Amino acid sequence: MAHGFLIHDDLDHVGVAVRDLQAGESVTGVYQKSLKETRITLREAVPLGHKVALKNLNQGDQIIEYNEVIGMATQAISVGNHVHVHNIKSVRWA
Amino acid sequence: MKQTTFLGYRRANGAVGSRNYVAIIPVDDLSNAAVEGVAHLAPGTLPLPHPYGRLQFGEDLDLHFRTLIGTGSNANIAAAVVIGIEPNWTKKVVEGIAKTGKPVSGFSIEGHGDTETIATAVRQAREYLYYASELRREEVPIADAIFSTKCGESDTTSGLGSNPAVGVAVDWLVEHGARVIFGETTEITGAEHIIAERCVNDTVRSRYLAMHENYQELVRSQGVDLLGSQPTQGNIAGGLSTIEEKALGNIQKTGTSPIVDALEPAMAPTVKGLSFMDSSSAAAEFITLMGAAGSVFHFFTTGQGNIVGNPVVPVLKTTANPHTAQSMAEHIDVDISGLLSMEMTLQQAGQALLDMMFRNLNGRLTATEVLGHKEFVFTKLYRSS
Repeated sequence: MAHGFLIHDDLDHVGVAVRDLQAGESVTGVYQKSLKETRITLREAVPLGHKVALKNLNQGDQIIEYNEVIGMATQAISVGNHVHVHNIKSVRWA
Repeated sequence: MKQTTFLGYRRANGAVGSRNYVAIIPVDDLSNAAVEGVAHLAPGTLPLPHPYGRLQFGEDLDLHFRTLIGTGSNANIAAAVVIGIEPNWTKKVVEGIAKTGKPVSGFSIEGHGDTETIATAVRQAREYLYYASELRREEVPIADAIFSTKCGESDTTSGLGSNPAVGVAVDWLVEHGARVIFGETTEITGAEHIIAERCVNDTVRSRYLAMHENYQELVRSQGVDLLGSQPTQGNIAGGLSTIEEKALGNIQKTGTSPIVDALEPAMAPTVKGLSFMDSSSAAAEFITLMGAAGSVFHFFTTGQGNIVGNPVVPVLKTTANPHTAQSMAEHIDVDISGLLSMEMTLQQAGQALLDMMFRNLNGRLTATEVLGHKEFVFTKLYRSS
């Protein structure tokens, strides 16, 4: 397949890898709603199902996926970073 | 899709089922041995052993009875034998199931012992087997059936692919007059505002939000949060990072229909359309509650590969995770991993699920049935006295 990740909503900060992505790889992502495409370079490996940052984010910033808040950044995150429990956390039950 | 009927079993109370079991139901843990004894001597019956039913009280006891009576009343069951240690509670369960008009008999062990109870009950069970074996499938509308859905061992492929595909199927079922139940109270944490917004009126909305808040309060009262268990280790391995992300993926499978009711655990939906049920997110507990509420078919999406089944409710399993579709193919009824590669659209995936659903409703066994998964697990609200 041509694309390496999918994005739920046009305003989302993250995309979801649909195959194992390698560090340094330049990858196309497809927005599920609009079918628009974007292209980014991976700063680190992102396994299938894991998220990649599409936007530079500061510590404390809200993370948007499904056009909703899924958590906040616990450290600065750059485009192409792997986004997971090491750099974001829930804003619920906190 | 034009088809809106399937070949099912029409029960005396009008409910329609996709299976035709003679169930042997213990009222309590002590009666499991007699139940197994009957099932051994009457092969073809369905024993439903479980570990509870003694010294429960209050709301927890109510739920226990509701689960037993609801399961026996499920339209996938043609007839039931109930066995309990004491006559009174046995009678209560028998009377509850009898309201459906289906054949049901109760036997109590006190004053008789296991052997005599088994000898008497097995004769009745064999009569029920003869009875059930002559019932025939007939054309019944989807609109008369109850369905349910849940996801398990979810990962981000659930939110991207399998859950929205089930959402397409759920929308179709609701559009054609069926009753569909979803739930997982804690797992909607982070998306409760979206569910609340979809409630059909303020009464349903405030009931749903009260159920949500009660569960949050229960968690807080334990002096803990659920961050250690939600998302689960499997969820995290699959790429889910927070409960909010899991919740937003979770609710994709509820489609877009309005939410017409917020049900107590194991309560049968009376209103056509999509209902929420206050329920645990643990897969076996959840599907057991759905069976007790009358679900005769369950859609289960998985990311990392949950293998749950149920003795009474056929469980269709689907995944959009290409690794899981391959490594756990024997557990997957419908592989929709083509959603990730964009070789399949959501509409096509939803259609594939409905196609398999019709085959399963008409009698084709699901993977869980072929593999013998019969997890029958009661929800217990608090400890017994």
